[in-house]
Amino acid sequence: MTALPADVEMIRNGSRGLYWLEPLLEVETDSGRLGFGPVTSADVPSIFTADGFDEQHQKCVGPVDELPWLANQQRFTMARCGIIEPLSLDQYRHHGGFAGLANARSMSPRQIVDCVTDSGLRGRGGAAFPTGIKWRTVLESAGDTKYVVCNADEGDSGTFADRMLMECDPFVVIEGMLIGALAVGASRGYIYCRSEYPQAIDTLNQAIALAARAGYLQDFELEVRRAAGSYICGEETAMLESLEGNRGMVRYRPPLPAVEGLFGKPTLVNNVVSLAAVPEILAQGGASYKALGCARSRGTLTLQLAGNIRRGGLIEIPFGASLRTILTDFGGGTRSGRPIKAVQAGGPLGAYIPPEQFDTALDYEAFQAIGAMLGHGGLVVFDDTADLGQMARFAMHFCAEESCGKCTPCRIGAVRAVEVIDRIHENQDARGNRILLKDLCQTMIDGSLCALGGMAPAPVLSIMEHFPEEL
Amino acid sequence: MTDHINTESEEIARSLQHLEGPLLPVLHSIQDRFGYIPSESVAVVAGVLNLSRAEVHGVISFYHDFRQQPCGRRVVSICRAEACQAVGGAALAEHARHSLGIDFEETSTDRSVSLRSVYCLGLCACGPALCIDDQLHGRVSCAAFDALMSE
Ligand SMILES: Cc1cc2nc3c(=O)[nH]c(=O)nc-3n(C[C@H](O)[C@H](O)[C@H](O)COP(=O)(O)O)c2cc1C
Ligand code: FES
Repeated sequence: MTALPADVEMIRNGSRGLYWLEPLLEVETDSGRLGFGPVTSADVPSIFTADGFDEQHQKCVGPVDELPWLANQQRFTMARCGIIEPLSLDQYRHHGGFAGLANARSMSPRQIVDCVTDSGLRGRGGAAFPTGIKWRTVLESAGDTKYVVCNADEGDSGTFADRMLMECDPFVVIEGMLIGALAVGASRGYIYCRSEYPQAIDTLNQAIALAARAGYLQDFELEVRRAAGSYICGEETAMLESLEGNRGMVRYRPPLPAVEGLFGKPTLVNNVVSLAAVPEILAQGGASYKALGCARSRGTLTLQLAGNIRRGGLIEIPFGASLRTILTDFGGGTRSGRPIKAVQAGGPLGAYIPPEQFDTALDYEAFQAIGAMLGHGGLVVFDDTADLGQMARFAMHFCAEESCGKCTPCRIGAVRAVEVIDRIHENQDARGNRILLKDLCQTMIDGSLCALGGMAPAPVLSIMEHFPEEL
Repeated sequence: MTDHINTESEEIARSLQHLEGPLLPVLHSIQDRFGYIPSESVAVVAGVLNLSRAEVHGVISFYHDFRQQPCGRRVVSICRAEACQAVGGAALAEHARHSLGIDFEETSTDRSVSLRSVYCLGLCACGPALCIDDQLHGRVSCAAFDALMSE
């Protein structure tokens, strides 16, 4: 550790999501925060001088809020990330925290649900289901006990918005769950967090203890549960099985979890980002959120720009910008400096999008129209050296590994698809095997119980369509 | 050995028995304590939680996290998911296999190290990523890997 001058107070805030500039050191000045990055410990002595700090330092990037990368964002859900100390209730309140909960407490459950419905918020976990409709279903389902479950399994490659919220602004997740509990009449809650995020689990546990001590959890029992490394447990019914202590096998539906969920009780299941959007929606009113966005995709999208990209990180903007804007203006092209070959959007079950389609608007329906999906908002960039034939194989291999095994198209289909792809790559009756692969994909799409088997064909089919020379 | 595994497994199971759906928390605690889930623990846990051994075993075998064998003193988990593959993750994975002389999901014969695949550590904008025990590392080149392993 390098010693800082004695009069410097050091604070460990969360990440702003500017991963390309991190480790980022910020100095509070009268004119805002001045940034230095990416810094190493060796830089620290030269940044701090006897009478302050060196504004001319080669690592100084100027006022952080004025960096175009941040200035061109509209932080709504992630507004406090990187600004506050994650575990300071005072700072959380000082930056608008608990205003939404205060409003919710003066409203009837029905009014809270209406406010969320009016906002146009749709689930950010992947399926983009209207949040207000789900909340109303749980509210109207009778039950002596109801649950709120926060889905923090964030299994998609290329995503980290949930992790950032849990590590950098944990109280907003708790506040979102408290508002959800008020709205649907729930008395217990769980946060199901993937085990790959030990720091998020630790931060959440501390935040829950602090919130409880401050009296926020009197009518709501909240607990974090560590998942155990299974991708399918991000699917909500498999997650409920896992919480109950079972193998993570997907359930048939109906019944919906909103009607018969955890331990058979009505259960509100939402993603971390969905829940974290709620406090500010309740604070400002549904209309202000709905004013942002385009078509049926309202509010802001928390994009995660990842993979082979020069300036990767968390970008929150209203829906509607083009994919190209993100890749070029924010991302600055690939990290390798080579041309972009494709972008996989929406995690391992999402399509590979070719450059010809980079003008597509970031909007759920526009993505669907090109056979792609926005999902949880992850964008993984590949340069022209990527072997997409191998990525197609990987998609099916991953599906085979992670299949819960309940339905045949997914359990067997994915294994067979890997074999067929291998035969194509070995040039054994490539034409016949391509037809077979498409047929197999269609069987998985039509016959799988959940979206794991139902969407694992998407990356494969997109590669066959747009990059026929690779598969 | 078996005796203390039995006693401690029972203590752990009893201390968490009050939870709703206690099985995963119990298994995690046992693994945190012993580094794996000893076969002796299965019967004990089943007894305390009023489950069949087959049910407990079925849960252990379903989840990638639960190990039924002790692991190495260091556990190296390399991200094999897409965003890391886009920046050389596969080359790093190959390098790790060769330099450690073991395959993924294996432990070296001297038990000094285990190599695991993980699918995403949430460091997807700073790949290739890996995790040594609980410590995350991003932008890991093959040279950086060697340096980390010689620490
Ligand atoms: C295979 C599979 C994996 C999923 N993984 C996640 C996940 O990690 N996190 C998540 O929030 N939703 C995940 N989902 C979506 C959930 O089933 C569910 O739609 C979501 O948690 C609902 O919350 P929302 O409406 O707020 O998005 C997954 C779905 C499938 C089919
Ligand atoms: S894909 Fe490797 S950390 Fe996310």
